[in-house]
Amino acid sequence: MQPLIRIRGLTKRFGSGCDRCLAATGPEHDTNLCPHCGSVLACNDLSFDLFPGEALGVVGESGSGKSTLVRLLHFEWEASAGSMDVHRSAAGSHLLAEMFPENGDYSRNLLLLSHFQRRQMRNALMGIVYQNPHLGLRMGVSSGGNIAERLLGAGWRNIAKMRQRAAELLEKTEIPIQRMDEPPANFSGGMQQRVQIAKALSNNPMILFLDEVTTGLDLSVQARVLDLIRNLRSEFNLSMLVVSHDLGVINLLCQRTMVMKAGHIVEDGLTDQILQDPQHRYTQLLVASQL
Amino acid sequence: MITVENLTKTFTLHILGDKKIEACRDVSFRVPPAGFLGLAGPSGAGKSTVLKCMYRTYLAGSGAIRYQSATHGMVDLATLPDQAVIDIRHREMGYVSQFLKVIPRVSALNVVMEPIVSRNGVTRAVARKRATSLLERLRIPAHLFDAYPATFSGGEQQRVNIARAVSWQPRLLLLDEPTASLDQDSVGIVLDILKELRQEGTTMIGIFHDAMLLQSVTDSVYHIG
Amino acid sequence: MPLHEWPKRNDGQEHDLEHRSGYPFGFMDEGAKKEIRRAILKAVAIPGYQVPYGSREMPIARGWGTGGLQITLALIQPDDILKVIDQGCDGSVNAVNIKKFVAKVAGVTVTTDTAAATIIQTRHRIPEEHMTDQQILVLQVPYPEALREVEPSEVETRRMHAEADYSRMWLYLYEDIVHYGEITISYRYPVTVNGRYITDPSPIPRWDVPKLHMADTLFLFGAGREKRIYAIPPHTTVVPLEFEDHPFRTENFTGKSCARCGATESFLDEVIDNTEGVRSFFCSDSGYCDKRREQCSR
Repeated sequence: MQPLIRIRGLTKRFGSGCDRCLAATGPEHDTNLCPHCGSVLACNDLSFDLFPGEALGVVGESGSGKSTLVRLLHFEWEASAGSMDVHRSAAGSHLLAEMFPENGDYSRNLLLLSHFQRRQMRNALMGIVYQNPHLGLRMGVSSGGNIAERLLGAGWRNIAKMRQRAAELLEKTEIPIQRMDEPPANFSGGMQQRVQIAKALSNNPMILFLDEVTTGLDLSVQARVLDLIRNLRSEFNLSMLVVSHDLGVINLLCQRTMVMKAGHIVEDGLTDQILQDPQHRYTQLLVASQL
Repeated sequence: MITVENLTKTFTLHILGDKKIEACRDVSFRVPPAGFLGLAGPSGAGKSTVLKCMYRTYLAGSGAIRYQSATHGMVDLATLPDQAVIDIRHREMGYVSQFLKVIPRVSALNVVMEPIVSRNGVTRAVARKRATSLLERLRIPAHLFDAYPATFSGGEQQRVNIARAVSWQPRLLLLDEPTASLDQDSVGIVLDILKELRQEGTTMIGIFHDAMLLQSVTDSVYHIG
Repeated sequence: MPLHEWPKRNDGQEHDLEHRSGYPFGFMDEGAKKEIRRAILKAVAIPGYQVPYGSREMPIARGWGTGGLQITLALIQPDDILKVIDQGCDGSVNAVNIKKFVAKVAGVTVTTDTAAATIIQTRHRIPEEHMTDQQILVLQVPYPEALREVEPSEVETRRMHAEADYSRMWLYLYEDIVHYGEITISYRYPVTVNGRYITDPSPIPRWDVPKLHMADTLFLFGAGREKRIYAIPPHTTVVPLEFEDHPFRTENFTGKSCARCGATESFLDEVIDNTEGVRSFFCSDSGYCDKRREQCSR
């Protein structure tokens, strides 16, 4: 099976950078801050594959670069270096075919596309759910409108069809449809997360980014959101990148997991192997702290 | 079907000053198709470690675990890429331990149905029928089918666990003390089910606490330690 | 005739005009005219795109048509015939003032007849009469940014235009329909120009929006306070934002007619008599109304 997305050498540096950045940062130094030039290497030379239908976990402490990784892949931030190729068989591939008419199994590096193309690519291929619903939702706009925004961005121009799609998604995410025209500001934290999920799924994304989606929710609400994601995953055959500092969440959702520390991937493997036979010093510490 | 050669597993505990713990050393055995190998040995000898290395929950330190996969051909489970291991787990290889490890907030019936639907490619109705008959056979009361196994007694949990592991008729099944917390009658039922599974062609490797049991169900025994 | 030759060739009265006033032809200095003409050329080349320019001080207050006035002054030639209207009316104080000013500094003929004019400067209306490819309509614009309603930041709206990221504008219309059953925008109705930029057509009523589509006339938009010039060239598509199941609609005057000329196919202003409280309707376009009355009386 060929990967859906190939990431190679993905790097994000904040600051000017210097020759000694690489040698002076990373897990062995326990920092991503270069002591020589003051640059922060939030993500450093990350390479991995994401396979179709797979839920890939990313664990690590705050500041390890997990969220930066998501923002780079979601085209919110500019990568300093690296590549991201998508397999042509990906959903919305007519767009890929349009943008990359040449042959081959993979697109060219998406990170080098223009802003306009990246936005098109994002609208067609990606969905995201943030820890903070304020980042993913317009709190003053109706919940149905929040879902419609993605559809409008993808060129939908029929109100009735958009409302029908929004209603379907809200039903799947267990939001009462009669509340479709209410703004998410009226909703509880768990409901807001579910509206975010509905919005993220509206364009049938090829890949769903989940960035600490249950952090800060009550345990029972957490459970409901996680169950929802699990059910939707099997229903839509979603490929997901699940970022969390909570090993429980990762264990529940992901078959494969990467461990990040100080901007590096220090270890990756099957989730049960990461949890039961962690190899890296930091992973052992992480697992020991959790269990 | 599966050949283990000089399997050695050592844990390095970095947080305890790189302390090394040897879990098993130079384990070698061979299991023919539809064979049933028992692993025997004193507590702590590394029986579970061997199974976990085969299932890839543990990374083998050295040695090889050669498996003749139906879809991937001859592979070494010790070094096979993660994605292929996931695929083999999904299509061919089952694992059942003495501890129930199922997804929370999923009913007993769904726990058993899920692998049948996702792996055997049958309709939900067929899967439901097969799961129901398995649970009935394992004497799970019908009123518990829609309840969450987390709330069940130890024995009931264990029987749901076994039902899930055998329901989709894996090609290779790893059993780590599957009958540890079961009463005598239940053990008998489980052994019958395992026998039928072997007749269907499933290859098995198992650890059983009870030496008599071990002798009665397996066709060969490998002693560790 | 190149403009710089104009004072020399017309060595009579007009030369005296410049000499007398101490101002060049058309009030603005040549450098300013050059800049504004360049901005106009760029605006025509990129239909609907807002071109920034250095808005000059005019002898009227900003917000009173300085953007339109600067375009008019940069374009006007001695043989032009000028018409200026405010909300369709030739006689309103602001229109008359601008007309008098331009006539004085450029010495051009003025008219109230749409068909006779070569340049028409307008505030918030497009004349009812068909305009030709020999005419230019200069529209005064208070708020050139069509996206301002949904995004306060200029940096962000420029990015949105650059990336054609218009989903928020569409979302605004979606919400309007969800809450009120229809799009409630009555003037400044956003349009897509040439299939690319969402553009503010200035505060014309919806009635006038279809006149912009594939027109024979060049439309120039000047926002003096906001320092932007943009254009809709002739024969350019102009499509109001609409949904398949909620199409764009113009104002409906069915059953109403102008109390003065009897017109049933013009944009009507509602007037309520102060003493009697009687409602009546009149053509908003006074030149059109006058012409109809004249034709009737003849």
